[in-house]
Amino acid sequence: MTTVPGFVAVVVVTVTTLAIGTYGLRFSRTTSDFFVASRTVRPGLNASAIGGEYLSAASFLGVAGLLLTFGAEMLWYPIGWTAGYLVLLVLVAAPLRRSGAYTLPDFAEARLASRHVRNLCSVLVVAIGWLYLLPQFEGAGLTLAAAIDAPRWVGPVVVGAVVLVNVGSGGMRSITFVQAFQYWLKLTALLVPAAVLLVVWAGDEAVRSAGGPSATAGDWSVPLGGGGAQGLYTTYSLVLATFLGTMGLPHVVVRFYTNPDGRAARRTTLAVLALLGVFYVLPPVYAALGRAYGADPATSDSLVLDLPRLVVPGTLGDVLTGMVTAGAFAAFLSTSSGLAIAVSGVLTQDVTSRRLPGLGDLGDLAAFRVATLAAVVVPLLATLALPDFGVARAVGLAFAVAASTFCPLLVLGIWWRGLTAAGAVAGLLVGGTGSVAAVAWTLAHDRAQGWFDVVVGQPAAWSVPLAFATMVVVSRRTTAPAHARRFMVRLHTPETVELDRS
Amino acid sequence: MARTWRRTHLGTEADRATFRTLHQASLASPALREGLTEDSATRAAGHLRALLGTPALAVTDTVGCLAWDGAGSHHRQQVRTLLGATLERGRTRSFDRGDLGCTTTGCEVRTAVVSPLVVDDRIVGTLVAFAPYPTAGLARATDEVATWVSGQLALAELELSRTRLAEAEVRALRAQISPHFVYNSLGAIASFVRTDPDRARELLLEFADFTRYSFRRHGDYTTLAEELRSIERYLLLEQARFGDRLQVTLSIAPEVLGVAVPFLCVQPLVENAVRHGLEGVDRVGHVTITARDRGQDCVIEVEDDGAGEDPERVRRALAGTLSTDGAHDSVGLGNVDARLRSTYGDDYGLVVETAPGAGTKVVVRVPKFAAGVSA
Repeated sequence: MTTVPGFVAVVVVTVTTLAIGTYGLRFSRTTSDFFVASRTVRPGLNASAIGGEYLSAASFLGVAGLLLTFGAEMLWYPIGWTAGYLVLLVLVAAPLRRSGAYTLPDFAEARLASRHVRNLCSVLVVAIGWLYLLPQFEGAGLTLAAAIDAPRWVGPVVVGAVVLVNVGSGGMRSITFVQAFQYWLKLTALLVPAAVLLVVWAGDEAVRSAGGPSATAGDWSVPLGGGGAQGLYTTYSLVLATFLGTMGLPHVVVRFYTNPDGRAARRTTLAVLALLGVFYVLPPVYAALGRAYGADPATSDSLVLDLPRLVVPGTLGDVLTGMVTAGAFAAFLSTSSGLAIAVSGVLTQDVTSRRLPGLGDLGDLAAFRVATLAAVVVPLLATLALPDFGVARAVGLAFAVAASTFCPLLVLGIWWRGLTAAGAVAGLLVGGTGSVAAVAWTLAHDRAQGWFDVVVGQPAAWSVPLAFATMVVVSRRTTAPAHARRFMVRLHTPETVELDRS
Repeated sequence: MARTWRRTHLGTEADRATFRTLHQASLASPALREGLTEDSATRAAGHLRALLGTPALAVTDTVGCLAWDGAGSHHRQQVRTLLGATLERGRTRSFDRGDLGCTTTGCEVRTAVVSPLVVDDRIVGTLVAFAPYPTAGLARATDEVATWVSGQLALAELELSRTRLAEAEVRALRAQISPHFVYNSLGAIASFVRTDPDRARELLLEFADFTRYSFRRHGDYTTLAEELRSIERYLLLEQARFGDRLQVTLSIAPEVLGVAVPFLCVQPLVENAVRHGLEGVDRVGHVTITARDRGQDCVIEVEDDGAGEDPERVRRALAGTLSTDGAHDSVGLGNVDARLRSTYGDDYGLVVETAPGAGTKVVVRVPKFAAGVSA
């Protein structure tokens, strides 16, 4: 098997990303185009950008692998990752935009007027960001191993270095156009090979007569297949985590700031739902084909990369593999950059730009670079230490932490004026420590069987209600900040209504 | 050994008493700095009571009780009487058991010392300390604490007038559409009335919209998109006058258009740049306006290729020490700088890069989110 196409794909994507980051995309216009220059980002473009930043290694590689190994019950992952935006659309999108907050800690500060809540939220943003970066790096290792036979540590190091250079040098900020392009790149990189492989499969009598996925299905095509009560618990917990966790992802939330108003935020979210819906049709196709062609479930995480060669050996297979590799690499770079920017932004604002013992007062740029270094290196080391954690599983845990902390904060903060700073702190601590402890336990004790391990391995089903309950109970015992009512009016009044919002 | 160490580090008993007192005072001061309200009085009363070491303490304004801390709150109704008597006298008074008749056994509120809080020679309220027995020490202490509280309230007043001054400054800048600009614009429009009536009409409408935005009364903040729209109108009017001599280049990142910025914080800078860029006779002036996304911040730059200025002069204009005669533009610069600093803190002042003959670049950095700032 030749590694040339894969190698070319990785180099092209890396160089392009670095070039865009270094030179930026600059558009200059003269006064006659003032109208064009000052036009806000359209919901469609913004939605593509969100898709570009959101569709990570887990979506690109992990879902197909999980489906191949465990069967239809794993469809809950893509469904949850899409439906999360439905919850976001209904409950959060417009009010969050109207709050004027850029990051989640900003929202907490604006709503509850408390530095403590802000600091706690910053810690959680960093935790979720790190947890979510872990599978990105791991996916990069798998991709390079499959595409160019590199050792597993090469991928994380390459992606980490590119992100570090790009973000640290000030490039690759959230340029909407670039991120939107990433979505279409990922979609094409998955769609074209899938189409070719489907055509090959349709013309391949031998494989089809041997039985499509349905013929030998058994447990494979049944939701909750074989899991029993534990499977049911895991599924519901996963559904809860993914439905409610999306709103707490730091790199997604910052993109909503680009919308000019609440209405545009809703439209953007709606468009995101459509775009993700289209994208998530593809991984199951890969999984089904992989099953039809008898792909090895042991290396399921790299199924998407291996499948083209399995179906059409030879040059065509190599080229298609190169294409998928390029898409996968773009997925790691865009999602990792988005996360690194979000994490380092918070670290800069709340840690490194303050006076540090031993470091003194850093300059603006130095503070940002130190923060970026921390944002990238910590999850990178964790990836190297835990090489076989499972891409989609790690993402699932990141969602669980987000759902147990920021979901209650956002939903109660937006829809219940009784939420207080003390209540928020208590709820965040309970939900945060609960889910993080569960994650830590799962990281330390891999592969578990008993009920305890199942409950701890997928914590959302108990940690989310617990966090909600704690916030409500503690809030009821304390008094809400004085400006809560005014702030609620601002959150829920459409911009077209004349109102003194100050 | 350990004892010696403790003594040298924590001071003598008297020292420690002083520290405790100062610490109590520092705890009460943030609340008092907000002025005398029911909320601030409630938050400060506990610390003030600890400072005086009395069983109960009340803080009043000139009408009635604002906050009661400690035991015996059934005496709260009597505060009004004590208050009236003290206001009549105008200085510290003490009241004994006769004045505070109480039948509850074990109630420690038997006598009271009422000391007025004076700001600007005006009584704004009183501090009432209750104790079982009248002592000269308590009277003296209450008097001193009342004087200290008065000082804090005076600072609150000062803070308030500083805010009012900043608001007045914003209002002053709003009214500062330069008379020359009005005159020149109308003149330019007049010159089109016969030759190109349609354009004249359009320009007049632009002028109307421009003034409406500039004279807007509500809200201290606007979005960058709104501010840029006003700048567009301004530039259209200037171009009607200067024609091709004024070249404008724009580079705006659409991501930052929704950022909330202080009202009229960029427009004066553009006006400055246009004036500087076209100062020399018969030369083409370039003005460049860029707005970029920098993560948590948005960076706006206004640059001209005009005559430039002495950096020392700009420094003084920003510090507000430049004499105002014939230097309207620099006043605008100083005002924008002051408003940015008062809104976002000293890290967010204007940055001006200039030298004689080298043009001028003014950089505004605005955080995407700041508590209390929304368009």
